[in-house]
Amino acid sequence: MSIDTGTAAKVAKLARIRVEPDHLPELAQEFSNILDFIEQLNEVDIDGVEPMVSVTPMRLKRRVDGVTDGGMQDKVLANAPDAREGFFAVPKVVE
Amino acid sequence: MTDLTKMKVAQARDALRAGEVTSVALTEACLTAIEGADALGAFVHKTPEIALEQARAADARIQAGDAPSMCGIPMGIKDLFCTKGVPSQAASGILKGFKPEYESTVTSQLFDAGAVMLGKLNMDEFAMGSSNETSVYGNAVNPWRRGNDDAALTPGGSSGGSASAVAADLCLAATGTDTGGSIRQPAAFTGITGIKPTYGRCSRWGIIAFASSLDQAGPMTKDVRDAAIVLGAMCGHDPRDSTSVDLPVPDFESMLTGDIRGKAIGIPREYRMDGMPAEIDALWDQGRDMLRDAGARIVDISLPHTKYALPTYYVIAPAEASSNLARYDGVRYGHRATLASGEGINDMYEKTRAEGFGPEVQRRVMVGTYVLSAGFYDAYYNRARKVRTLIKRDFEQAFATGVDAILTPATPSAAFGLGELQDADPVQMYLNDVFTVTVNLAGLPGISVPAGLDKQGLPLGLQLIGRPWEEGDLLNTAYALETAAGFVEKPTKWW
Repeated sequence: MSIDTGTAAKVAKLARIRVEPDHLPELAQEFSNILDFIEQLNEVDIDGVEPMVSVTPMRLKRRVDGVTDGGMQDKVLANAPDAREGFFAVPKVVE
Repeated sequence: MTDLTKMKVAQARDALRAGEVTSVALTEACLTAIEGADALGAFVHKTPEIALEQARAADARIQAGDAPSMCGIPMGIKDLFCTKGVPSQAASGILKGFKPEYESTVTSQLFDAGAVMLGKLNMDEFAMGSSNETSVYGNAVNPWRRGNDDAALTPGGSSGGSASAVAADLCLAATGTDTGGSIRQPAAFTGITGIKPTYGRCSRWGIIAFASSLDQAGPMTKDVRDAAIVLGAMCGHDPRDSTSVDLPVPDFESMLTGDIRGKAIGIPREYRMDGMPAEIDALWDQGRDMLRDAGARIVDISLPHTKYALPTYYVIAPAEASSNLARYDGVRYGHRATLASGEGINDMYEKTRAEGFGPEVQRRVMVGTYVLSAGFYDAYYNRARKVRTLIKRDFEQAFATGVDAILTPATPSAAFGLGELQDADPVQMYLNDVFTVTVNLAGLPGISVPAGLDKQGLPLGLQLIGRPWEEGDLLNTAYALETAAGFVEKPTKWW
């Protein structure tokens, strides 16, 4: 399958990764090569096969729906690029 | 004192308990070796203060008679593990400066057992790569060279720093992680042992996520006995990882009898690939003969969907990665791009991720985004999940016929030169994992054991694949193979 530069730009947008316009043709070509490789899967007969949900046949454990930790605002914010007054700070989101 | 660094975990444990050596002496010897080995690019964050403090505590514990197997053993930790207060950035620019406020379950368990952390080890960025060339820290280098040729070779990836450090005797053992072969391929390239346990054996809590349904941690060690010891300390149930299994952890080391008489070893015909080097083929035959001579029964088996494993992996792993890596947005930790006036939050996300992620990570995140996007989800992602069911079924059918373990080559070649695949299509690099990736897709345990040298003097490994949760039995078969192969070669020191 051939990916055009418009599709490559759309995927980059969805992935929130800025790609400069002059780099889009190369990116589109790489996607096309990878998708060609993946398309071998079309040869496989998958009729009636269930998609895998869990690789090990086990029931996930349940736990009580309770608060188990908290009260560590300093630690939560310790690695933030910008934190103010106990919050993460970001550029203006709402006009 | 350099001899101390050449010790194996079992040997060091016995010497520590007998009072013949102290953990401080072992640790200092490793720290000295690390200082002299910057050319290998293995240790990317050194933690000598933590190491010596842990070593002193371990010596006190040993003196008090409270010494688990790992007590006082100096280890290297892959940069993918969150270690409290110590940089943990998955070899990515986007996590530059990140110092976790918490400790991963696996490293906590190792430290509770008395292990000593010498520092953090190089790897491919977010564990995406097979040559350690996608790291923001630069390449890790293989201590092995081709004869007298001084060309730098890859130690493999993604756990390239771990493999290089263990092979060069900078530490007694290291942690690795394996999503498509990232423990077993570098182990094979460097002449060491690496085991990826059954999916769910080791807690993934605190390990920076790549592809959650495939990622597993495991040890990289100098031999099979050490793998058994270190694995035992790493695995176990963790309520903080809902996919970690609540099964008792056996004493793996006590299961190393070397007796494999009557065991059935499967040889999958689909692993004999076109264009495979004759030496790899010959080594595989030798491995089969060694296991037969040790009393095992050799059975030809078929795993018909093998050729679809890599394409399946390159849908599922990027899909999961695109979701897991969405968290790197410049808000809560790591890098944030500088914004021009008038730029808003979407500019912040896009610029941060373009600056912070390397090319291979960007490529995989975008491929993952594409295969999950509206209109393509069924054609790619759901189809891959169905083929994954078939790949797992192949193994189940083989095991149902009474096969105890499966023998394959670990890699399709010996270590290649750094930069050799740089200009190749990314798909060429992906082929490195052709023998290992099936095991992750099926959630099975797999181990790479060094079994010989090629004509250029580089190590080659064989892989054994076991039944789910039967790492003890798998390690015992690996132990028999190791004994028969008698691989004792070490790289000649040039660094």
